[in-house]
Amino acid sequence: MILGQKQLDKIHDTLTQNLIGSGVQSVMLIDTAGNVIASINNGTETIDLYSLAALAAANFGAMSCMARIVGEDEFSLLFHKGEKENIYFCKVNEELLLVNIFNNQISLGFLRLKMSKVVEELLELLTI
Amino acid sequence: MAFINLKDKVIQAKIVYYGPGRCGKTTNLEYIYDKCRLQVNSEMVTVKTQGDRTLFFDFFPFDMGKISGYDVKIQLYTVPGQVKYNSTRRLVLKGVDGVVFVADSAVERRNKNIISIRNLEENLTLYNKNIREIPLVIQYNKRDLAKQGIEILDVETLENDINAELKAPAFEASAVEGHNVILTLKKIIYYTMSSLEKQLKQEP
Ligand SMILES: Nc1nc2c(ncn2[C@@H]2O[C@H](COP(=O)(O)OP(=O)(O)O)[C@@H](O)[C@H]2O)c(=O)[nH]1
Ligand SMILES: [Mg+2]
Repeated sequence: MILGQKQLDKIHDTLTQNLIGSGVQSVMLIDTAGNVIASINNGTETIDLYSLAALAAANFGAMSCMARIVGEDEFSLLFHKGEKENIYFCKVNEELLLVNIFNNQISLGFLRLKMSKVVEELLELLTI
Repeated sequence: MAFINLKDKVIQAKIVYYGPGRCGKTTNLEYIYDKCRLQVNSEMVTVKTQGDRTLFFDFFPFDMGKISGYDVKIQLYTVPGQVKYNSTRRLVLKGVDGVVFVADSAVERRNKNIISIRNLEENLTLYNKNIREIPLVIQYNKRDLAKQGIEILDVETLENDINAELKAPAFEASAVEGHNVILTLKKIIYYTMSSLEKQLKQEP
């Protein structure tokens, strides 16, 4: 997959405005092979992006297989709660996943709302 | 499929070490990780069982530096070799750009090698990839066993079993001693990058 300057800039903008602007610490757009397509953080996080992407893609893949085993088409989102940090995964399309890292100051409901907006915008962006 | 970022000029490609359980895939990655610290800016991720067997994969990104103005990052993975882990093996193969098939030279592993290369072919087919077309390098590992008086398969036999039809470049190696580990890596990176270049030229 190849993405150009314009598309990447737009992706960056929508992630920044909707997610980082809402208090998410770190957001990453990855593909299901584990490649990092875009990653933005609010400056306070230093995480090992590539390792996180590899594990997130695998985790999501494993969850999809489990969904099929229990007779679901898929689990379209995944949420892991920690003491301070939480991770939220969300499927964009067959190829792409969003990974958010955020703390307990943001409510999950609010984030979910923002996320569905971002997914919509990303899908629009990627079809052009 | 590799990802190419035209804005930041980054290319990410995925190379997977495949082969039967215990053939030395993890040992290959560990050797590379140790010897190439400057090119690995990340911890090695390993998802394994208590008994040190690979459960899901080993992983680290390998920095190639700049190639024709692009920052090239190679994502190196191993699969779990045991037959029962086929579903996780498939997940790791998703989006693969190049494969190293590690075969075990020990005589009693002969059949396991054959089963594993067939399994690779089958699993690639699931992703519409052809084992004859994907960049592939074969490594005949554990050649050092001969020194310990353990009987090993000769290279002709291994070639016949695994590579007769594929005719992929193949190397004798010893992952524990580090013999030809880097050479195998260089070769697969070279093939993977050339194949990406070709695909790019074909795109509009
Ligand atoms: N003698 C010998 N042993 C090896 C070699 N490579 C790996 N091993 C051993 O084989 C066992 C399995 O290796 P591992 O890398 O975990 O195999 P994997 O299942 O393919 O990841 C370990 O005990 C290794 O030390 C080699 O080149 N020579
Ligand atoms: Mg292993």
